Amino acid sequence: MFGLDAVELARAQFAFTVIFHIIFPAFSIGLASYLAVLEALWLWTGRDVYLNVFNYWLKIFAIAFGMGVVSGIVMSYQFGTNWSVYSDKVGPVIGPLMAYEVLTAFFLEAGFLGVMLFGLKRVGPRLHFLATLMVAIGTLISAFWILSANSWMQTPTGYAVNAEGQFVSVDWLEVIFNPSFPYRLVHMVLAAYLTTSLVVGAVGAWHLLRNPHLPGPRVMFSMAMWMAALVAPMQILAGDQHGLNTLEHQPVKIMAMEGHFESHKDGAPLYLFGWPDQAKGELKWALGIPKFGSLILKHQIDAPMAGLDTVPRKDWPPVPITFWSFRIMVGLGMLMLALGLFSLWERWRGRLYINRGLHWFAITMGPAGFIAVIAGWITTETGRQPFTVYGLLRTADSVSPLAAPAVGTSLLAFIIVYFIIFAAGVLYILRLMAEPPHAGERGPSGEQPTRTAGITPAAGVAQGAGS
Amino acid sequence: MTIAFDLTVLWAFIIALAVFIYVVMDGFDLGLGILFPLFPGKQDRDVITNTVAPVWDGNETWLVLGGGGLMAAFPLAYSILMPALYAPLIAMLVGLIFRGVAFEFRWRTRAQRNLWDIAFTGGSWVASLAQGIALGAILQGVHVEGRHYAGGWWDWLTPFSILTGVSLVVGYALLGATWLILKTEGDLRDKAYRISWVLMFAMLLAIAAVSLATPLLPLQYAQRWFTRPAIFLTALVPLAVIGVTVLLMKNLAQKRDGWPFFLALGLFLLSYTGLGISMYPYVVPQSVTIWQAAAPERSQLLMLPGVLVLVPLILGYTAWAYWVFRGKVGHDAGYH
Repeated sequence: MFGLDAVELARAQFAFTVIFHIIFPAFSIGLASYLAVLEALWLWTGRDVYLNVFNYWLKIFAIAFGMGVVSGIVMSYQFGTNWSVYSDKVGPVIGPLMAYEVLTAFFLEAGFLGVMLFGLKRVGPRLHFLATLMVAIGTLISAFWILSANSWMQTPTGYAVNAEGQFVSVDWLEVIFNPSFPYRLVHMVLAAYLTTSLVVGAVGAWHLLRNPHLPGPRVMFSMAMWMAALVAPMQILAGDQHGLNTLEHQPVKIMAMEGHFESHKDGAPLYLFGWPDQAKGELKWALGIPKFGSLILKHQIDAPMAGLDTVPRKDWPPVPITFWSFRIMVGLGMLMLALGLFSLWERWRGRLYINRGLHWFAITMGPAGFIAVIAGWITTETGRQPFTVYGLLRTADSVSPLAAPAVGTSLLAFIIVYFIIFAAGVLYILRLMAEPPHAGERGPSGEQPTRTAGITPAAGVAQGAGS
Repeated sequence: MTIAFDLTVLWAFIIALAVFIYVVMDGFDLGLGILFPLFPGKQDRDVITNTVAPVWDGNETWLVLGGGGLMAAFPLAYSILMPALYAPLIAMLVGLIFRGVAFEFRWRTRAQRNLWDIAFTGGSWVASLAQGIALGAILQGVHVEGRHYAGGWWDWLTPFSILTGVSLVVGYALLGATWLILKTEGDLRDKAYRISWVLMFAMLLAIAAVSLATPLLPLQYAQRWFTRPAIFLTALVPLAVIGVTVLLMKNLAQKRDGWPFFLALGLFLLSYTGLGISMYPYVVPQSVTIWQAAAPERSQLLMLPGVLVLVPLILGYTAWAYWVFRGKVGHDAGYH
């Protein structure tokens, strides 16, 4: 089907469903933390604007979270349905990590989500804040486990292979805290925060364009731009460290990212652009800065760097995809930094809420976080091919014994279903975003106190304690 | 049948428990979707979805634990069963996607609400039918060679698996109807009573049909059930089914709102116990036992404290969430 064999179809299906899925966690990890901060500010200051903005984003969170849950269930079954040999061999190591993700994170999120969405009036502000906090912590714990599992597949440590050919743990701490895990975790959590701040900033900017005096959009835009200005440089630093870690443990991935087909004995260039030709093994029309590659990666201008010519062809990752997705991610990261710095400058000049150029820039950058997250994951997942467990288990040896038509049919089903769901979900989210938060903004429950009801946090606490 | 108690048996019990909790908790959610066409009014539909809106996410998480737990504790079984059940599982996932997003989407649009209600119903039907078919497909056995599934991608489709599929739809619908008795009032509740009567008889029929069909499968189930001394123990299960049914009829007749749901769950528990008797100690019937499929002891050990500490904790805060949203849901108390 589609001229692809069963392995390629299974890979296409995994890639498609995981790309679709990652959009939602990338957003909800950041948004859950943002909601917790907003509610804390509301409880602390008593200012209604924080509650209004909280309720506003809570409705959007409900939709995004729901889409994350249903697309996540697909992932947890797809290991078995499409990668059964992988599951048999790697299950003893990866399985427990994912089981812990379910037990410590998914239940925490799902268990407190109902109270977070619908329960403010029933439990009072303090318990409600606890619920929000639990959901936010749950999203971070989830990131911890799943990134640990993914990182182990990239940089496996602490394992042995038993008589059945299964990977088994020898030292769980070495499995969980494998060499690339800390870098990947920091990089992804920062990415989630950055992604969310860009979305919040874009929505704030959109409403400020029409009315720069609206309190809700001002709060959103200001908080989001602080976040972008602080996190974008941190992310670039984290990304650089992650790159050095990859060079140490997965040098072939770096060769693909950098387009280094050939080895350089005395200092490798940093290629900005070029056209990787996998078949010929060369980077056409290369535009590079001499010696800069060695400077960035080895912090030494003449350091020798091996290229793909030192690696057997059968172990090459798909270079063009890795090369280009990496450049998309880095380019967007630089634009995020520019937005952060621009906002700092305008803030200092007192024009944060009125500079239309800044607002348009922020609106354009609204989806940039998602694209960068997807591009980053494509880089790291394509760059570690042709292996599922790096250097140990080949992708072609991991797949289920399924006929191509079976996988082709399911892939087609997922594509159709996800496009319907995605189009509808995005439409409803954009529709919510089209309105600014109002005074007395209602949450998903529609039972939020209005201003006339005069329920302040303090009174709410008293009420909560009394009920 | 002797039960040698060890870590593997404990894990089999834990996975079975997770699956059962899933059936208990998501069964009535899905049942509501199955019954949706019987409640065409917008107000009724709002109330019906509101009875589960705050808790459905958590309910579905047990399914993830069932799948993830199976991979962790019995990776070989996971890697054989998942490809064997490929089509029904993909159908289930797609059904759950539509069902899940419909919960949120139907509140966000007026023009397309009817479409999402159809998605809610269709998703619930497909997911329930697929789960039942998957169950039947496991019971009737799958073709294994070495460490792999070796059958085709339509092997799951037999009259038996269709029977179990339809049976589960009936069972979930009964859970949904009795849940409505528990959570609603007025005309809606009265209608739920009438539906529950019909579904109760349908469920008894389904239990009888599956119980009669299972020993006819070309596997050793008949021997498991009908030889002495096991028959003295296994005979208790059908007797208990009769007992619970009598209680259910009594409570339905006397309109005691609090009881039918839990008695319907009792019927599920008994059916599930019967299933356990049929399966044990196999995880892939007649070909892979739980010991053959078990993960190495180090994997089982790592997860044990997590399960023993966290599952009670999870049940605790889940119970709290149900408690927060306790009581009848009226037309005015919309959560959306």
